[in-house]
Amino acid sequence: MNKEPGMTLIVKTVTRISVWLIILYGFYIIFHGHLTPGGGFGGGVIIALALLNVLLAYGKDFTRKWLNIKLLENFESSSITLFLIVGIIGMAVGGSFLFNFIDKGTLFNMLSSGTILPLNIIIGIKVAMSLFLVVLALAAYNFDKGDEQ
Amino acid sequence: MIIPYFIIIPLLAAFLITLIAGEKDDWAIILSIIAVISLLILSLFSYITMHTETLSYYMSSWKIPVGIVLVQDALTSFMLVLVSIISLTSLIFSISYVRNLSGDWKYYSLFMLLVAGMNGVIITGDLFNLFVFVEISIFAAYALVAYGGKAEEFEASFKYAVMGSVSSTIVLLGIAVTYSATSTLTLAKIGEQLPSINSSIKLWIGGLFVAGFGLKAAAMPFHAWLPDAHSSAPAPISAMLSGILIKILGMYVLVRIFFNIFDAPQFFLNIFLIIGSISMIAGVFLAVGQWDFKRLLAYHSISQMGYIFLGFGLSTTLGILGGVFHLLNHALFKSLLFYNAGAVETVTGTRDLRKLGNLTRIIPTTSNTSMIASLAISGIPPFNGFFSKLIIIIAAIEANQPVYALIAVIGSILTLASFMKVQRYGFRSEKKADVNGKSIDWKMNFAMITLAVLCVATSLMIIPGIREIALDPVVDVLQNRTLYIQLVMGK
Repeated sequence: MNKEPGMTLIVKTVTRISVWLIILYGFYIIFHGHLTPGGGFGGGVIIALALLNVLLAYGKDFTRKWLNIKLLENFESSSITLFLIVGIIGMAVGGSFLFNFIDKGTLFNMLSSGTILPLNIIIGIKVAMSLFLVVLALAAYNFDKGDEQ
Repeated sequence: MIIPYFIIIPLLAAFLITLIAGEKDDWAIILSIIAVISLLILSLFSYITMHTETLSYYMSSWKIPVGIVLVQDALTSFMLVLVSIISLTSLIFSISYVRNLSGDWKYYSLFMLLVAGMNGVIITGDLFNLFVFVEISIFAAYALVAYGGKAEEFEASFKYAVMGSVSSTIVLLGIAVTYSATSTLTLAKIGEQLPSINSSIKLWIGGLFVAGFGLKAAAMPFHAWLPDAHSSAPAPISAMLSGILIKILGMYVLVRIFFNIFDAPQFFLNIFLIIGSISMIAGVFLAVGQWDFKRLLAYHSISQMGYIFLGFGLSTTLGILGGVFHLLNHALFKSLLFYNAGAVETVTGTRDLRKLGNLTRIIPTTSNTSMIASLAISGIPPFNGFFSKLIIIIAAIEANQPVYALIAVIGSILTLASFMKVQRYGFRSEKKADVNGKSIDWKMNFAMITLAVLCVATSLMIIPGIREIALDPVVDVLQNRTLYIQLVMGK
């Protein structure tokens, strides 16, 4: 048995290879949100699950070293701010919140359907970071009994 | 159009705080105060200038059957002013109170999310959007109830979370039934479709909404979570929860749905009356026996919500006026009483009335403002509580419901009794209380004095000239029931 935290060598090796594929798939879902089923939320959940795979396979200490948690937290709160800013730009341009101010393009093109694509990317980042950070916070929490009054 | 800013400003403040606040809470305080003051200015502006109009705002310019509509009329402006006033004073009170707890910026971020959720609930004209905003504010409330980090606070928060999730599930079920019956989620369009659907489905929808939002309003059969949650939370959050959250998520939504959309069916008005009278009596009976200051106040919230239910349940012009007026008054004096409890807890370290003593010498402002609030909640003449209770009682007699009037009078007398207990044991007894050396700073005093002055000043709203400007437009929205639907649908 290995003394290192986390799961066995087999799981770690598979995770090391598969995590990038899962993240890639998540980005695929996010970027095709306006063309196929899926979108920001679904893709974001997939990215979060990829990071959670690392957390499960390698343990929380390695994950905290591997990822810059503070940066992820900043990503999380800046993404929602960006969402609001996109909405406010819509107000400035078209007169109402979240108004579509980018050219709609041709149907079924990658770069089409106006603000939906940037908003999907923003939501994807938000969901991925939130979901991962929530589980990381739960993992980092020490379950002591609490004082008995 | 200023309508979407009521949601954008607090939401932007909440997330900017997480970005720019460092370890300390200075930036968080500045940002949240700026946000809430601008909300207060905007809501006062809309209340004063647009109190007779109904405005609709289409999100991203999609028209009604497709997009989400935000609606502003006299009732929403009134509620927005109420939320802004209580959140501003709570925020000012929080500054030193939260520094005693932890001094963390997370508190302010959650606080702004709570405000964003409540403003969203008030201003939205879409049933599912309303549900989302209810969830935003109530999740912020769960976190804030547990903010102190003690075991009993986690327990209260968990209880609140379980009950809140049950109520949200019931509401979601109600929304699903509504959607399957009417094929729309816009409130006004639902109101248009409702007369044509089966009456048993209407009963189902109404029953699910009464149970779901009644649980959030903590009316009597659904009240079990409230005393724990409201007494464990930090004092300014108790003031927010008791003062406005149960009214916005519970009462406002029920009134909006049952009066403007359902056209006030008599069956559900009777349920309002019964729930209201049970809450009034049982809440106050449970409150009289309490020795924990904040728990006593929490039970009184249930009892005072009963008066509001009774006023709206009568559904006469006078009854609705009483309900709306008591809603405003209760928010003011109950928040003030929770600030008093928080100040007492800061100075003495306890909330047990038996351990408190002659506090008038130590904290005169707290003691005197608590006297004003106690007199207001018990319905003693020059204060606002007297007038709203009087209106409700007169309305009950005029509507040929003398039993409910009698119950309201008994409830009021018992309220007086329990607040005499608070004053006698808590603030004005001969015993000397232990003090721990902490003092009440000017910010806490400012918050308490502001609300105490408002407790006296709002009683002026009963004078006919002021009432016609301030309260009558709000009553008109609920009285001309289907006008809301016509105005929002643009006919």
